[in-house]
Amino acid sequence: MSKPVIKESSMDLQKEMLARHFEKLAVSEENGDKCAYTFVPGNLAELLHCFDLLPVLPEINALQSAMRNKSADYIAAAEKEGHSEDVCTYVKCDLGMAKNGNIGPTGTRLPKPSVLLLSYTGCFTFMKWFEILKQEYDCPIVMLHVPYQADGKPTAEMRRYIVKQLQEKVIPVLEEVSGKKFDIDRLRQLMASSARSEDNFVKVMESAKQTPSPIDGYFGGVYYISPIFTAFRGTPEAETYYEALLAEVNDRAARKLGPLTPEGPMKEEKYRIVVEGPPNWTHFRELWKMFSDEGAVAVASTYTRVGGVYDFGFRHDPDNPLESLADYCLGCYTNLNLPTRTDMISKYVEEYQADGFLINSVKSCNSFSAGQLLILREVEQRTGVPGGFFESDLVDPRYFSAANIKNRLESYFQMIEQKRNAVSAL
Amino acid sequence: MAETKADMIDLAEEIVRDLELGTVSKWKEKTGGKAVGCMPVWSPRELLHAAGILPVGIVGGGDGIEIIKGDAYFQSYICQIPRSTIEMGLNGNLSPLDGMIFPSICDVIRNLSGMWKMLFPKTPAWYLDMPQSFDEIGVDFFTHELKRLFGEFCRVSGQNPDNDSINRSIAIYNENRSLIEELYQKRRERPWCFPVSEGYLLIRAGYQIDVKEHNKMLRSYIDLAAASDCKAIDNARVVVLGSFCEQPPLNLIRTIEKSGCYVVEDDFTLGARLIKGEISTTGDAIENLARAFIEQSREAAFIYRESEKGGELVEKVKKCNAEGVVCCAPSFCDPALLDQPMMVAAIEKASIPYTSFKYAENTGQFQVIREQAGTFADSIKLWS
Repeated sequence: MSKPVIKESSMDLQKEMLARHFEKLAVSEENGDKCAYTFVPGNLAELLHCFDLLPVLPEINALQSAMRNKSADYIAAAEKEGHSEDVCTYVKCDLGMAKNGNIGPTGTRLPKPSVLLLSYTGCFTFMKWFEILKQEYDCPIVMLHVPYQADGKPTAEMRRYIVKQLQEKVIPVLEEVSGKKFDIDRLRQLMASSARSEDNFVKVMESAKQTPSPIDGYFGGVYYISPIFTAFRGTPEAETYYEALLAEVNDRAARKLGPLTPEGPMKEEKYRIVVEGPPNWTHFRELWKMFSDEGAVAVASTYTRVGGVYDFGFRHDPDNPLESLADYCLGCYTNLNLPTRTDMISKYVEEYQADGFLINSVKSCNSFSAGQLLILREVEQRTGVPGGFFESDLVDPRYFSAANIKNRLESYFQMIEQKRNAVSAL
Repeated sequence: MAETKADMIDLAEEIVRDLELGTVSKWKEKTGGKAVGCMPVWSPRELLHAAGILPVGIVGGGDGIEIIKGDAYFQSYICQIPRSTIEMGLNGNLSPLDGMIFPSICDVIRNLSGMWKMLFPKTPAWYLDMPQSFDEIGVDFFTHELKRLFGEFCRVSGQNPDNDSINRSIAIYNENRSLIEELYQKRRERPWCFPVSEGYLLIRAGYQIDVKEHNKMLRSYIDLAAASDCKAIDNARVVVLGSFCEQPPLNLIRTIEKSGCYVVEDDFTLGARLIKGEISTTGDAIENLARAFIEQSREAAFIYRESEKGGELVEKVKKCNAEGVVCCAPSFCDPALLDQPMMVAAIEKASIPYTSFKYAENTGQFQVIREQAGTFADSIKLWS
């Protein structure tokens, strides 16, 4: 039996928020509430709240299924229906879940979508995913195509394209589905709230620049991003959560405490690591333990920027709401080109004074994975810190080899230690 | 120009197998022009042509290159085409190229565009963001995108062609598309005289030569093949689906044929025929090109459509009088493999038989595929 997880009050707060959200979803059909299925990167949470549409995020359902040991069966169900073993396991897990009663993480049934809002941001698979879901559900679908930042910066033309799609396609469909008129002033209020949460979120993530870091910016970061990346951005609950979280983190920092892990407070910070790539969700705690047992803290990670790169200055702007939504979508991490991603990671290594840089290369996600080996070389070359690499998957337990990963991580940390000793011997 | 059909096919195969891009270098020497590589699936070749640039289709190294360096850049679960393309780049095979275009067809090709910028900083690498908004908003965006790229092409070539010049290039490519369609039509009518393995080579050769030369080659082949005396055999008529990016090895295409299938429709070289029909040659040429992409593109896995998936495939099967579908996708190809279940659902609903297998561009064993395709063809002939 696994040990009970040690929690802080912000974690309870988040748990309550999620429980309330899934409860609302469970009774939405009888209450006449509508819901929108949409994706995390480039999600238009404020716009959905404007129309009182409840967001359902299929990636979150998939990762929650994996954390509850249900993904293997769901993936098997999808593969049995003809979905290839080669493709994204988030998709197959979600389809398998739908085929098995669509039971959400809290054990209640998720409603069918009133609308599929396909925010095509930073991931090609999203498009195919919703084409497949379209065949499962009889509901409207609306596509928001977000151009890729191939040259490292958004252009006025990209922004104009997104705003036009919002004005002429997305908003009219949401009006029709919800039966409510678009109220730009309400959107402004929601975005002002988002910006306040974003300010506190950035302070939390940047607290890891301190030594010891009071947070883990990858495993722990997953919890910190949850409200702001999902259904709660723009809500008072999110503001309350980030205020409470920041207070906790500041308190830990003042007492020179390290991050809280599921096994308890981290004792000694031996290695400060930047991590690229999404976590593995089937063995999330096990993987975290492999880091914390070695005294390794993830001080920054790219996964925690997948739903918005706030630490580089972006904030939702109530004065330019639609343009700001466009900028938000354009700036999500996986919508950035490889040179920009490399610059960003190198900057993290330097600013967070990292001892190393690790890539978790997940089989399912070409958006992240294609090109990671080149990023590894470049970051090593530019920063001088050693890079490491291990492979797993998002939600398919068949691709998590605990012994191999542990072995690789231990060797990697030993190598950092040896390098340190060699430097201090000079 | 080769005089017999066999010579023509040999020449086409020689061009296709030449990973050093000899024809491209010769063209550059002869004309003093520039050449730009176009990754699958579609690029605005008309704009390159108008700018005095030779568009060169780059579809990986096939089975003609040993991957040594390329494997160091990609994990085992990523498809083959980016590895062989990187291998070719690092080996210097692509040195005749003065730029590369990476169209937005999947995350791998997308990320490859950034890798190219990092690995080959002296060669321009352009990402072509094709709109997924198939309406006037998309036309507007894509017109700007194409104008931006056209400016880049002109900067590389040092030429500044006017609107009429672009329209003339569009007309030449209209002829090319029309000839390719004629070739497919002839194959549908008499597949025994127009085998897919020959047609494929002919179209692929066009990826590396001047379009006017290619038009002559196609015309000549069609006339020679039409006049040839070939015997029909009792093969099954099939549509091949899923091979629009990483190409199957030539011997795989031949294997499908030898196993008892007439391939009467396929998506092997989809880029050359993505746009159906003629593109207007009057008015704003670049807007016409953008509009043609939005309004005249075929159904493809990398293109978002709100209409029911597979509708065009079912229609195609009927139009070609095909008896079955062969789903033939590269391993780890997200667009093709995510699309496949939806396509299969559509053809199952229409009671069309199908079989499916995967390949890599450097697959070397064909016996299993021959048995599978052969059994499929036999089952069609015996039971359908």
